[in-house]
Amino acid sequence: MSLRFADEFRDPVKARALVGEIEKLAVPLARARGRALQVMEVCGGHTHTIFRYGLKAMLPEDTLEFVHGPGCPVCVLPMGRVDDCVALARDPKVIFTTFGDALRVPGSQGSLLHAKAAGADVRVVYSPLDALKIAREHPDREVIFFALGFETTMPSTALTVLQAQREGIANFSLFCNHITIIPTIKAILDSPEIVIDGFLGPGHVSMVIGEGPYAFIADRYHRPIVISGFEPLDILQSLWMLLQQLADGRCEVENQYKRVVPENGNAQALSAVDEVFELREYFEWRGLGSIDHSGIRMRAAFAAFDAEKKLSVPNVRIADPKSCQCGEVLKGAIKPHQCKVFGTACTPERPLGALMVSSEGACAAQYQFARRA
Amino acid sequence: MDGGRTKRAALDAVTMAHGGGGRAMRRLIDEIIVPAFDNPLLAELEDQARIAIADLARAGDRLAFTTDSYVVTPLEFAGGDIGKLAVCGTINDLAVSGAKPLFLSCGLVIEEGLDLAVLSRIVGTMAKAAREAGVAIVTGDTKVVQRGAADRLFINTSGIGVVPIGLSISAARAQPGDVVIVNGSLGDHGVAILLARNELALSAEIATDCQPLHDLVATLLAACPDVHCLRDATRGGVATVLNEFAERSRASIRVDEAALPVKDVVRGACEILGLDPLYLANEGKLVAIVPRSHARVALEAMRSHPSGSDAAIIGEVIDAARPQVVMRTAFGGERMVDLLSGEQLPRIC
Repeated sequence: MSLRFADEFRDPVKARALVGEIEKLAVPLARARGRALQVMEVCGGHTHTIFRYGLKAMLPEDTLEFVHGPGCPVCVLPMGRVDDCVALARDPKVIFTTFGDALRVPGSQGSLLHAKAAGADVRVVYSPLDALKIAREHPDREVIFFALGFETTMPSTALTVLQAQREGIANFSLFCNHITIIPTIKAILDSPEIVIDGFLGPGHVSMVIGEGPYAFIADRYHRPIVISGFEPLDILQSLWMLLQQLADGRCEVENQYKRVVPENGNAQALSAVDEVFELREYFEWRGLGSIDHSGIRMRAAFAAFDAEKKLSVPNVRIADPKSCQCGEVLKGAIKPHQCKVFGTACTPERPLGALMVSSEGACAAQYQFARRA
Repeated sequence: MDGGRTKRAALDAVTMAHGGGGRAMRRLIDEIIVPAFDNPLLAELEDQARIAIADLARAGDRLAFTTDSYVVTPLEFAGGDIGKLAVCGTINDLAVSGAKPLFLSCGLVIEEGLDLAVLSRIVGTMAKAAREAGVAIVTGDTKVVQRGAADRLFINTSGIGVVPIGLSISAARAQPGDVVIVNGSLGDHGVAILLARNELALSAEIATDCQPLHDLVATLLAACPDVHCLRDATRGGVATVLNEFAERSRASIRVDEAALPVKDVVRGACEILGLDPLYLANEGKLVAIVPRSHARVALEAMRSHPSGSDAAIIGEVIDAARPQVVMRTAFGGERMVDLLSGEQLPRIC
C-alpha cells in the first residue's frame, strides 16, 4: 500500500497566516452586526475536522461561531426508521448489513447493536459491494443493505444494485434511507429562528452533484456559500473566502475544493443514481420533522431489490424524546452544550439523540473533543 | 466445504473426547502441552504448582499477581498469534509494576474442531515466548466446548512476579512538570489485527508489536528508579492510559500530536478508516511518566534497549484545575482527548 499524506493541508505555519487574515475580516464584520458571525458547516465531516484539529480555539473568540449543520446521515435518522431496521434484522432469514456508524443509533426498542446482541444477524460492512458478496455466499438468506447517506454514498449503492441486477442475484435488497441535502438546506433557511451568515458547502456531496444546485442559496436567500474540502487548511481557506464575500457584499457559490469537485459534478455517478432512485414525497428527519422531497426511494423497476417492497417493514413513526433538543442543534438555534441533556442524560455511551452517536455528530464531537478543554 | 472439514476434523482436530478427562485428553496434555512448556514444576503434574517462598523473597518484598484472558480473532496474524499475546500480555501487566515476572498459568478453552496442528503451533509460540522472557508456565487447565460455544480458542493466563524493594509505581503519582514517554510507534497491533481480518481489502506491511516489556522496564528503572506512573497501552491505546493517569492523579496531561511516533502504514490506515492511532491497541508499548529532572536519562535508557529504540517524549503533566487529557494538535489547535465511547468505528462519509 502506498499512501500520500495530506500533511501539506495541515501546515501550522500556513494555518497561523490564514487565521490572521480571517481575524482581520471577521472583526469588523462582527462589529457591524453587533454579534458573532454565524457560519454553518453543512457536512458532518467538516464538523469532525473542526473539533479534531481544534480549529475553534484558533479562531477569534466571540467573533465567529460555527453552526453545526444537518450533514451527518446517521444523526438525522428518525427513531422509527431504526425500529424498522431492527424489525427487519430480527427476521431469522435476514442478514442485515450496515455501515458501522449506524449500529449505535438509538431506536425506541434499542439499537441495531442491541438487536445483534439478542441474536439478530447484523454485520458491519465497509461498502455495499461487501453486502452483495455476502448475498452471493448465502443464497438461502435475504441480505439487506442499510443504504444511508447523502449524494456521497448514493452512487455506490446505485451501482451495487445495478451489479446485482446484472448478476441476477435474487436475495439482495436495500433498505433505502438515502437523503438529499438541497431541500434540507432550504428548510433550514426557511426556518424563522435561524441566523446564518454563510455556508461551508459539503465537499464529497458536491463531488457528485457539482456547484449548480447551490445557486439558490446565493440567488434567492442571499447567503454566500463556499464548497470546502475536509483538511483543516481547506476549512480555514474556505472560511476566509466566505468572509471575503461578506466583506465585499457578494453572495456567490465558490468552490475551494476544486482539486476534487468538478463544476458540473460526476455525470456517470448521477446517471446511475437517476436510473435506480427517485424522490420520496416527504421524509422524516430526526429533530427537523418531515421535509418534502428530501428522501430517496428505489424506482418501481427495482422493486425486486427494495426491502420495503419485498419484506414487511412496520414503518413505525416515533416522536423524538421530549427532552431531546437535536432539532434545535441541527438548525443551529442552540449549541450542543446548551441542550438540557448534553453530557447528562445524553452521552456517547447512552445517546438519547442521534447527534451524540456518530463521531460526525455535533454533540458527540463536542463531547469527545471539547467538553472541558 | 463442510464435508471436507468434518472429515478432516475426525482425523486431526480437537474433539469433545479431548476434554473428557480420559485417554484422549491425557494424550493431548502429554503429547502437545507438557513437552512444549517443559519445566520441572509442571512436570510433577500435580493439581497445583508448588513454589518455594524463600525463592520469591530473594527477588523483592511484594508479590505481583495478575490475570488476563485472550480472545483475539484471527488466532494467527502478522508477527504473532494468540499464544504469544497470552504470554507477553500477562508478563507486561506484571512488568509495569516493576515486578520481575516469574510464573504463568495457562488455561485453554478450545472449541471442538480446532485443528490440532494450529493448537500445537500456538502452544509452541507460548513456550517460546515464555522461554525467551525467562518465565515458566507451571500450571494449566484444558477445556473443550461444543462448536459455537467458543470461537476456536480462548486462553487465560495468570502471572506471578516479585516487586523489588523500594519501588512505588502508581497511576496516582503524576505531578505537574512530569514528562510522558512512550517506548515506540503506536497502533501497530491494532492495525495488524484489522488487516489480518481481511474485511477491508487493504493490505500493508505491518506486524504486531507484541513483545515482553519487563527487561525494558528493568533498564528504565535502573536509570530512573523514581518512575511515577507506568502502564502498558493495550486496548484503548495510549489515550486510555493517559486518561487513567489523569483521573487517578487528579492532574491534567497535555500531549503533543507532532511528537507521537506513528508508522506511515498505521497513519495511512487511520486516514482511510477514520481511526485515531492514540486509541489503537498495542501489545508491546508502555507509557511512562517520569520527573522532568530524569526525562533525558529515562529516554536515553529506553532508546538503548531494543524494545525502546523509537522511544519519544510525547507530552507533559501540566498544572490545571481538573483531571483531563488535552492534545496540542499538529495543526496548532488544542482539543480534548477523551475516553473512547464504544468501539472505534470507521466514519461513513
